[in-house]
Amino acid sequence: MRKKLVIKDIERCVGCGLCMYACSRKNAKKPEIGVGSSGILPMSLSGFERGAAIIVCRACEDPPCAQVCPTGALKPRKGGGVIYRENLCIGCGNCIESCTIGAIFERDDGKIAVCVHCGYCVKFCPHGVLSYEEVES
Amino acid sequence: MRSKVLKIDLSNYSYEIEDRRDLFEKWIGGTGVALQLLKEEMDKDADPLSEDNVIVFATGPFTPAYPFASKTVAMFKSPLTGNLGESHAGGRTATSIANAGYGAIVIKGKSEKPIYVVINEDEVHFRDGRVIWGISDSLITGRIIAEKEGGRGLRTIMRIGGAGERLVRYACVTTETYRHFGRLGLGAVFGSKQLKALVIIGRRRYKPVDSKGYREIYKEIYDKAVSSDVMSKYHLLGTAENVLPLNEIGGLPTMNLKTSRFENADEISGESLAEFNLGRRIACNHCPTACIHIAVLKEPYEDEPYFMKTKMISYDYELIYALGSMIGIKSREDLLKIIHKVETYGLDAMSTGVSLAWATEALERGLLSERDTIVPLKFSYAEGYLRAIDFIVEQPNDFYRALAQGVRVASSIYGGEEFALQFCGNEMPGYHTGYGAHLGYLTGLRHSHLDSAGYSIDQKVKDYTPETLVDSLVKEESWRQILSSLVVCFFSRGIYTPDIVSRAFKPLGVEITEEELKAKGEEIYKEKLRLKKELGFKEEHMRLPERVFETETLRGMLKKEFFEQAISYYLNKYFRERTE
Repeated sequence: MRKKLVIKDIERCVGCGLCMYACSRKNAKKPEIGVGSSGILPMSLSGFERGAAIIVCRACEDPPCAQVCPTGALKPRKGGGVIYRENLCIGCGNCIESCTIGAIFERDDGKIAVCVHCGYCVKFCPHGVLSYEEVES
Repeated sequence: MRSKVLKIDLSNYSYEIEDRRDLFEKWIGGTGVALQLLKEEMDKDADPLSEDNVIVFATGPFTPAYPFASKTVAMFKSPLTGNLGESHAGGRTATSIANAGYGAIVIKGKSEKPIYVVINEDEVHFRDGRVIWGISDSLITGRIIAEKEGGRGLRTIMRIGGAGERLVRYACVTTETYRHFGRLGLGAVFGSKQLKALVIIGRRRYKPVDSKGYREIYKEIYDKAVSSDVMSKYHLLGTAENVLPLNEIGGLPTMNLKTSRFENADEISGESLAEFNLGRRIACNHCPTACIHIAVLKEPYEDEPYFMKTKMISYDYELIYALGSMIGIKSREDLLKIIHKVETYGLDAMSTGVSLAWATEALERGLLSERDTIVPLKFSYAEGYLRAIDFIVEQPNDFYRALAQGVRVASSIYGGEEFALQFCGNEMPGYHTGYGAHLGYLTGLRHSHLDSAGYSIDQKVKDYTPETLVDSLVKEESWRQILSSLVVCFFSRGIYTPDIVSRAFKPLGVEITEEELKAKGEEIYKEKLRLKKELGFKEEHMRLPERVFETETLRGMLKKEFFEQAISYYLNKYFRERTE
């Protein structure tokens, strides 16, 4: 069964940002320190006391970002969202423009950072905001 | 490791970036590096409120590699004490500095007109601040800048309120609405430079030397943080948990320390706040604990029924002490109103509360008249204090101009030095637990309870002598130089043991043993003490206000002989030797 990342309860978000750092570390062979490769962005509603928003891929069944990718770097993923093949990405930025919720981020090398629904960040969400759940077929 | 230093000169709106790997290799980061940069850049004779003062912000090698490395060290010459100023804050400041690519930022000079500065990785923008200068509410200033600038979720917005603009010597710099470079007057230094705010945005990244080792030690630290009880105190009730235990043992300074127990402690305790007012908990960036407790205060408008305002107000133990028990505030609603006012102006809560407490007693004793204070100041009378806080910022007469310089200055003019609760010019923190607390305030390099945690020794160590106590304080303070060089939050000190620190360094490409770390802590301590002395800190400054001996502590009534013996031991073993 395919799984995807879901925001289970945004009201539990304390704005710690551990998900961003986890996302940067997710690649076991080349983990990064910082947030430059993070495909998830928690932010406050002008102060976390007013609540939080988490900008992250919603795992679209028919992802517009994959449709506008000229090189096939982004391909629809079974269960929703996309698979990202970094070596094919030319950094055109079409996908960034196409995502209605702004969930594709530009990296400092011109390529992109996007959630690929691996679920690694969920292990480091200390307050039960994020969840990794099976996709209903 | 971030080793680049960004130097900004406000006098000519220029900046340069230097790689100072040398400094970060030798002095780790944070407090260790900030001290060296301050020494390089500052004129030791500078008036703290002149363009010659310098501000250094430094993060460390663990930012943003590991959780809890969420603190930034600010170093400057303090306009409150005239000596070394060092203040730490959380929020998103540390991670934004590091994610923008820097280990430290230096700000010098003075702008001709009000400005705010935006650092977006390699770019520095000087923005016209004339329109927002004069907005005394630091929360509103933050919101205006938040709307105008980019980088949501990836930035810090450090700013001052009215107190900083009007050079109150204990004005703070507020970051992310609820965290502060609270102590020793950084806000006034910002104000003197006509710097309303500093925004830092970053999305940089780098790789550890050992990938596998990095992920393993990260996981170990994280697991310890979330599954052991080492952080639970901060997580549940927060620092406000201290109110009731301190009151019970007779260590809660109350009504200008006339007593050390407060009969209304229950009402303003962490338990009561959590039960009746807690609205949300939030975290500093890259910290799983979420110790920031936000209370909700609903207030009806009097002119129209069913018309309400709802304020979100951050509280901590030190605020409850300084703006609660210390001025006899009996209700949570009053307490929260006072905290909110102090927050909006960007005042240091501890210095403000202690100043008001001293003024109240001075008025009681006839050293002041109501002509001076304008409003009646009486313990527990919140309305008077709310107005007096306005006056500290507005400074409408000689008295408030003096009070805005702290209790040392005010009591030297109006009298009442014996009950002016300041230590080397810094107003007292909220612990009257015994010799450890007060010796800690005197010997601590920042005159802060967090320097050496004497209050904890008072509560935990059964028998101490003047000598063993001083040794424990200096040992703790030396180790804390390492924690504040990494820079990790002191609340996570139970996690960052020498062993973990040494192992966490490895995947970052740094080999350092526990012994080497401890030795380096002592070296930084020594360097700092030396600079304090060069800035004019003298043995005779280490005096205690008489009131300390008049009010019972957990350790009974304190004896002068104990302090004399302890201070003389400290001077001989540490102060003189270490600064030669």
